[in-house]
Formats: sequence, C-alpha cells, structure tokens
Amino acid sequence: MPEADPLDPFDSGAVNPTSTMEPVDIAVPTETRAARVGRARRARLGIPGMMAIAWLAFVTLAALLAPILPLDDPNDNVAAIVKAPPGTDGHLLGGDGLGRDLLSRMVWGGRASLLLGVASVLLGLLLGGLLGLVAGYFRGKTDTVLSGGFDTLLSFPQLILALTLVTVFASQEGTSETRRMVVLILALGVVSVPVLARITRANTLVWTQREFVQAARALGARNRQIMFGEVLPNVLPAMFSIALLGVAVVIVAEGGLSLLGVGVQLPTPSWGNILSEGRSELRDAPHIVLVPTVVIFLTVLALNYLGDVVRAHFDVRESAL
Amino acid sequence: MPLLLRRFVHLVVVLFLVTLFVALLTAMLPGDPVDAIAGFASPEQKEQLRENLGLDDPVYVQYARWIGDFVTGDLGGYYSVTGERPVMDRVRDSLPVSLQLMVYAQVLALVIAIPAGVLTAYRAGSKADKAANATAFGMLAIPNFALALVLAYYVGVQFGWLPVSGYVKPSEDLVEHLRRMALPAISLAVGQVAVYMRLLRSDMIATLQEDFITMAKSKGVSPRRVLWRHALRPSSLTLLTVAGLNVGTLIGGAVIIEVIFSMPGIGTLLFEAIQARQYIALQSLVAIIAVGYVLVNFLVDILYAVLDPRIRHARS
Repeated sequence: MPEADPLDPFDSGAVNPTSTMEPVDIAVPTETRAARVGRARRARLGIPGMMAIAWLAFVTLAALLAPILPLDDPNDNVAAIVKAPPGTDGHLLGGDGLGRDLLSRMVWGGRASLLLGVASVLLGLLLGGLLGLVAGYFRGKTDTVLSGGFDTLLSFPQLILALTLVTVFASQEGTSETRRMVVLILALGVVSVPVLARITRANTLVWTQREFVQAARALGARNRQIMFGEVLPNVLPAMFSIALLGVAVVIVAEGGLSLLGVGVQLPTPSWGNILSEGRSELRDAPHIVLVPTVVIFLTVLALNYLGDVVRAHFDVRESAL
Repeated sequence: MPLLLRRFVHLVVVLFLVTLFVALLTAMLPGDPVDAIAGFASPEQKEQLRENLGLDDPVYVQYARWIGDFVTGDLGGYYSVTGERPVMDRVRDSLPVSLQLMVYAQVLALVIAIPAGVLTAYRAGSKADKAANATAFGMLAIPNFALALVLAYYVGVQFGWLPVSGYVKPSEDLVEHLRRMALPAISLAVGQVAVYMRLLRSDMIATLQEDFITMAKSKGVSPRRVLWRHALRPSSLTLLTVAGLNVGTLIGGAVIIEVIFSMPGIGTLLFEAIQARQYIALQSLVAIIAVGYVLVNFLVDILYAVLDPRIRHARS
C-alpha cells in the first residue's frame, strides 16, 4: 500500500502522489467522465503552463546571462538613484537604499537564489532518492532504520534546522561568501533529503510489487539492475514533481534566512537579501520590497504549477494500481 | 505492542536524537568554540568558560550535563563584556508571545479554511469552487514574510489602520493586544488557509461519495446537516494531522514574522542570538522549539488514533 504522507512539508496540501486519501476530482459525483476529461486536459500544459515555463526560462536565462547583459554593476552606488522609484531614467526597477540599480541586483540575485534552489534540491534528490529507493526496495530492517532516520530529521522544524546549521557553520566573523553559499546549499539540501526520500520510498514500495519487476527478478536480474533499471525510471516523475516544489520552497527559505541575517551573504545579491535589505526602507521606498516579492511570488507560482502538471500528467496514483 | 506504547517509545527515541544534536552544537562550532562563544574574553576567562561549559569532557558527559541543565530550566547565558545574563529570564517573557501568535494564526486559518473547504467540496466543479481553488493556489505561492511586509506597508504605513510593531499583553489592554497581533497572525494564517482548505475539500469530496451520506440524503436530512454533521467529522482527520504537522511550518514562519513586526517572542530572541553570535542562547532556543514541536506531533498522533477507531485497530 502506498502511504499517505502528511509529513511532507513540500506537499503544500496539493494532490499528493502517494496518498490514498486523495481521490481529488475523479470522485466528484455524477461527473466521472467529465472529470476524467478534465484531468486529461489539466495534465497538458495549457496556457498557464506555457506562461510558467516562459517565466522560468526568462528568469533562468537572465540569471545565466547576467555577466554579458548590459546592466549596471550590482554593487555600484550611485547617489542620484538612492531610493529612486522604478522607471527613473535608465533604471527600469529604480534604485535601492544604497543607490544600486535594482534591476541589476535582481538579475544577479537570481543567480544566487536559483543556484541555491537547484543545487540544494539536486543534493536532496541524489541523497534522498538513493536512500528512499533502498528503503522501499529492500524493506524490512533496512527500511525501518532508514525511515526512522527520515522521521527523526523531519521531527525538526525545517527552517529552524537550516537556520541552525548555517548559524553554527557559517556565521562567524570573517566567513567568506563562498563558504556561506556552500553551507547554505548543504543545509537546505540536508533539509530536503527526508522529504524526497519519503516520496521515493513510498513510490518504490508500489512499483516494486509490479509484475515486470517480479519478472525481472525471476529472470535473474540483480538487485541493482532492478532498482535502477526497472524501478527508478518509474519513480522519477514523482521525484521530479516534488523536486520542482522543493526548488520553490528553498527559494522562499532563503528569503526567510536572509531576514534572519543568515541568507546569502552581502554584498552578493539574492532575491532574499534584496527583500531583507528593503525592509528598512519600506516607508520611503516600498518598491525595493515589492520587486523581489513579485519575482519570488511568480517563480514559486510557476514552479508549483508545473509540479502539479507533472504530477497530474504521470498520475502516479492511478498507474500504481 | 499497544499503539500508545509504541508511539511513546518513538517519542523517546526522537527526543533523544533531537536533544543530542542540539547539545552537541557548541562542539560543532568551527575553530575553538570558546572563541566563538566569547571572543572578547581574556585567555583566563576563556579557560574558565571552557571549564564551566565542560567542552573538554567526553561527548556523553557533555550531553548528560546539558540535558540536566535544560530540564531544570538552566538555559545557559548571554555572554558579553559585562558578564553573563541567564537566557531563561528572557525566554520566560517571550514564550507566551510566540504561543499566542501561533494559536491566533492557527485558529484564524481554521476558521476560514473549514467553511471554505466544506462549501467548495459541496459545490465541487462550480465557478465558485474553481475561483476558490485558484485563489488558494495563489496564496500558497506568497511567502508569509513577503505578505507581512506588504501588509505592513499598505495596512500599517499607507492607511495607518493597524500598528505594525510591538506587543501588548492581553492582561494590560485586550483590544490593543489584538490590534497588534492582527497583522502578524494574518500573515501567518494566509498560507495555512490555502493548505487546509484544499485538503479538507478533497477529503470531503471523498466522504460525500460514501454510502452513509447517500443514506442520510435519502432519509431527507437537510444538505446543511449532511455536510456539517455527517460529513465533516470523518473528513477532518487528515486536516487534523496536517494542522499538527504544520506547527513546524508555523514555528519557522513565526520566527520571521516576529522579527518583521518587532514582537518580543522566541523568534526575535533567536534573531538577536544569531546577530550577536550568542551560540549558547541559540542552542537553548533551538532546543525549546524542537522539543516543543516533537511533543505537539506526539499529541496529534495520539489524538488522531483516538478520533479514528480504524487507525487504532489497524495499526495495533
């Protein structure tokens, strides 16, 4: 039986791929067929999905191309644009509290925020995916021990755990920006391990029961071959959909950590620390807060939406029966 | 093993591991922990501190001493040039602030989410349902701290409707207390509303499919009664669990929200401890948060089994 996974903090209450408690729209009275059509429609990208991809592509490209884009230096202080509102001559998004071009900071900040989001979730995927696969495939004692480990990690409030790790390992006087970044990636990666591990485990449990896996085993395939060749490819969609949500969670978490003073270290901009710095100028220059807020909101919205599309498209729950 | 006992063993193991991690935080500080804790001190003072904290003792001795101190309310001290002040003094005043904030946010979220979830489930597929779902989806994408700042700006600064900082005890002035709590609680609640509403809606839709609902309807029970009396309770179990587990999210959120609205809660203490590099205080605060969270989850687990006989029997 696949387990319901209410422990999953990435699962923001949306459709849980492994939950047996979530009949969602197939169960709507009198519209079984209509709902099925609805699902098929939803499983495709649609216009909102296209917009989500376009936005993410735009943000990613801007971040990647930051060094060659015709932007001001993100750390150049220009007295004339201190707290300048968006649209001030040549500064599309205006200036921040120290007279730095906000557009440039947002683009460069995207580099840090996206790098952090992708790198830490990749780490979580590798480690959590592997452990979850092992736990779900071998079951028994291995599973008990590993699942106990995931549960223990999850019994720590996630943000507080990340906060603690970063504070202890990278908040001392003279911590370099690189060290802070590496520790942030590791800390947020560690936090996402149990989440991704549990999803992988739950799906592995289901797929391992399938006939083709039994067949592979009967044919004498080795455990490793079965795990990576037969089970993993089927579990990947579920992992991927959660990973998309994970990137969103990490981007938001970085904002939270920045407000607490342990996000990406200044002067390197990140969406989180731009917002955090803007806090003190809220009265005179609210745009410094509003710009990163809107960008984070759109990015998280796009990632959540695509995560849902992936989930609906592969419909892990149904194909698992 | 009976369910309660198994849960209890689990609780003990988790508490042990969590406190072990927290207790060893100081030992994990890069470089010499004493330099990190009190960099300003003279060599003699540092030596004294090292001895007081027992940093050279074996791990199990350090752990035993830390846990002994923690359960007896000795949370260590803030170290400064002027000496050491006990952390407990500040925690005593801060804990109620944080608890109030979280309770208000949780209650507010449930008060909005439960009717919304029930009604959207009842009218599943309707325009109102779709609009509510789209709204919830959007609400999920707003980080609570961003919402807090936007609210602080528009409601607080632009229109001046509500104060944006500080805290007043309910015993001093209840109205002012609620006014100051309003924006922080709303900022925290919005994301939770979306989570709870969507969850309750999908569980509710499943329940409305069940035979006993059809039965009730065919007996002529009014739709309102069917929804609120027959369907809500069996649909609310997942909601309850998630509401319990969400306390973790809520704690993390509350830490940031407190800092934004300058509320003197545990979050603000944590923030100050980070800023001033007060690692001992940080350690104790993290321990309080983590232990509290573990206990809440334990209680929810128990409550869940008590409420749903199927779980009680299936698991034991």
